[in-house]
Amino acid sequence: MENEIQVPINSDQDIVTARQKGRLLAVTLGFSSGDATLIATAISELARNIVTYAKSGEIRLTAINGSARQGIRLVAHDRGPGISDIQQALRDGFSTSGSLGLGLPGVKRLVDDFEIVSEKNHGTTVTAQKWKP
Amino acid sequence: MEVPILKQGDFLIATIQAALTDADLLHLRSALLQQVVRCRSRGVIVDVTSLDVMDSFASRTLREIAQMIHLRGAETVIVGIQPEVAFAMVQLGLKLEDVATALDLEEGLAHLKQKSENTA
Repeated sequence: MENEIQVPINSDQDIVTARQKGRLLAVTLGFSSGDATLIATAISELARNIVTYAKSGEIRLTAINGSARQGIRLVAHDRGPGISDIQQALRDGFSTSGSLGLGLPGVKRLVDDFEIVSEKNHGTTVTAQKWKP
Repeated sequence: MEVPILKQGDFLIATIQAALTDADLLHLRSALLQQVVRCRSRGVIVDVTSLDVMDSFASRTLREIAQMIHLRGAETVIVGIQPEVAFAMVQLGLKLEDVATALDLEEGLAHLKQKSENTA
């Protein structure tokens, strides 16, 4: 996979770095500034989940080419505790950390494709894709 | 990245000038609360015009700032949320429901002046 940008996530400063790199890539790929804001916001939430729940992990940003369209893929990967009930984590208002609990369902609304793979005690990988209209 | 806080009469104006980390936001929260107490301010404006992302943490911290300042008997207005940021916030499910907002600094000041006249 060419053009992959990897951002290690270990602190709140890395959250800012990840979303700035994501916005830059989105704009470079020709996304509108509105869509770039949605992408940057999604990255911010995914990176924050890593810091909050897993302490460390990484965000990978990739340009993707579909049959007739172009897009961006965001992968948030950590080796943290994992999500025990994904259905529950995707429900609005659910949180195990005392936060707003809007993270994952909110991120799902910001992008076009959304997938979570999580294994208890082995970590979580969230993959989100957004396509250019 | 520290956020400068300016005193203008009865009001304080905090203008966010660059991307803020979570720690910066928490610092802003305590700095504003201290200044409100020290200056006996009646109102606070947080200008977020240059914020390009308002995620759940930023939104929650701004709400906490407004609630804490409210308990001190002062008002908070968030001004300058960019249209694209507003769009992303609504998609994400962030409403800032109980916080006053205004288009820009000028309208924010007008709102605070009106509020303090009503309670004077």
